[in-house]
Amino acid sequence: MSAGSGSRNTNTEPWGSFDDNLIQGGGSAVIDMENTDDTSGSSFEDMGEMHQRMKEEEEVAAEAAATEDDDGEFLGMKGLKGQLGRQVADEVWQAGKRQASRAFNLYANIDILRPYFDVEPVQVRSRLIESLIPARMINFPQKIAGELYGPLMLVFTLVAILLHGMKTSGTVIREGTLMGTAIGTCFGYWLCVSSFIYFLSYLVNAQITMLQTLSLLGYGLFGHCVVLLVTYNIHFHFLFYVLWLVIGGLSTLRMVTAILSRTVGQTPRLLLCGTLSVLHMLFLLYLHFAYHRIVEGLLDSLEGPNLSPIQRVARDVPEVMLNTTMRSLGNMAKTR
Amino acid sequence: MAAADESSRPFAGLSDVSISGDIPVEGDISVPVGPSRRDDEFSTLDEPVKETILRDLRAVGNKFIHVLYPKRSSALLRDWDLWGPLLLCVTLALLLQGGAAKGDDQSGPQFAEVFVIIWFGSIIITLNSKLLGGTISFFQSLCVLGYCIMPLTVAMATCRIVLLVPNSLVSFVVRLVVVTASFGWSTFASTAFLADSQPPNRKALVVYPVFLFYFVIAWMILTFTPTQ
Repeated sequence: MSAGSGSRNTNTEPWGSFDDNLIQGGGSAVIDMENTDDTSGSSFEDMGEMHQRMKEEEEVAAEAAATEDDDGEFLGMKGLKGQLGRQVADEVWQAGKRQASRAFNLYANIDILRPYFDVEPVQVRSRLIESLIPARMINFPQKIAGELYGPLMLVFTLVAILLHGMKTSGTVIREGTLMGTAIGTCFGYWLCVSSFIYFLSYLVNAQITMLQTLSLLGYGLFGHCVVLLVTYNIHFHFLFYVLWLVIGGLSTLRMVTAILSRTVGQTPRLLLCGTLSVLHMLFLLYLHFAYHRIVEGLLDSLEGPNLSPIQRVARDVPEVMLNTTMRSLGNMAKTR
Repeated sequence: MAAADESSRPFAGLSDVSISGDIPVEGDISVPVGPSRRDDEFSTLDEPVKETILRDLRAVGNKFIHVLYPKRSSALLRDWDLWGPLLLCVTLALLLQGGAAKGDDQSGPQFAEVFVIIWFGSIIITLNSKLLGGTISFFQSLCVLGYCIMPLTVAMATCRIVLLVPNSLVSFVVRLVVVTASFGWSTFASTAFLADSQPPNRKALVVYPVFLFYFVIAWMILTFTPTQ
């Protein structure tokens, strides 16, 4: 594959092009992933270069067809053009197909994820329960499972629970959809916070890989799922705060001890664990209150005439749950 | 048909044929295995459109019956098609439209929501089962998951009829029972087809996302209230 593509060295830029990287990346998928950082096929330079190359291939093919057209003569001038056209189209099709199959093999190669899904149901169950049990050992690096099945399923479960919460609280989303918001929130939290924690641990030289942060944070969402499942159905603030502290705290402690056991130095430990615990606990707080009935009137009055994309509409809230300040704010919202 | 004769006796007839240079020779020379397929192509090209459509409809109907009585047969898997899932998805999305909302702009996203949920959910479940070591192919899995939405679509139609009656508690109980039953049926039907393609100790890992998927759809059906 490399040899064949290497012969088509039609780059015109004086500084050379990304051609070499693309050719080298024709091997296994692991090498390809490294090169995609440099040559993401959607950059303008690459697209322009591809078009340039295809156009030049067309011209070359047209010239070649024009020079050897004896057998087309009997079909007349129309036949000649038709043959030329066919050949050109053929060349363009081949070039396009080659590019597409290369891109497909690069991006759609799911086999690189296969080892991370190699789990048994018993293992998943035990990891789910262990995510709520902090380990005492912080002087020796704790073993963190590097799998993605459990975290992925937990994120989807959280999406389902969030949908349920949004529906029961009657949230109205003006621009966007309920499903889009739920998926965006959950996946965004999981991916962004994992990357951020990995970045921080890279800065302070902690012994943890990206896969492990993804896995750790994913399993940490188990506590969130349990708390939200209970409190979206039983609306007691006191119960929520107790569960937030107990279950949220336990899962945070588990993640914190795992990271502590892999970090050296007081300040790095403080930085990493502080960030993680703050983000984790605040996320649970946000998930509970963002889709709760009482806050809707408050938000409506705060935001005023500028409608945000997630607009919450004031509802009729039973009076017994409001104190005087909230009631006045609610009245302000109603009269608007 | 001359080409067919040629292929049965390769090159035998060419020795005494002289072709002048200005007569174009047309046609394909096919290998012996080829002719039967070419006959099939010609026959389906020449048949009336009604027959083609009826054949596809019969195949789709046959698969519906297999979903209704989920036995461990491979008919759904062998000739997969995506007509049935598309039909069911569009029907379900249309039925779920016009749901209760404070503003009118909720009805637009709902069709797209359902469509996206069904197709992306199916794709993710398929990817998951492939990553877990399943032997089923991508489109076969999509086909099975799509066809098994049928009980939920029937439940949605029933719910819409039940919602015409203004009594709230009885209608809610009836809808709950119907939706729960159809959700169980869908999950059972799809696992009857999908779980066989997995290693035996990992069936639960594949069944859970399917359960979640149909649960979300069942939840959307149950919480549907039409605009007043």
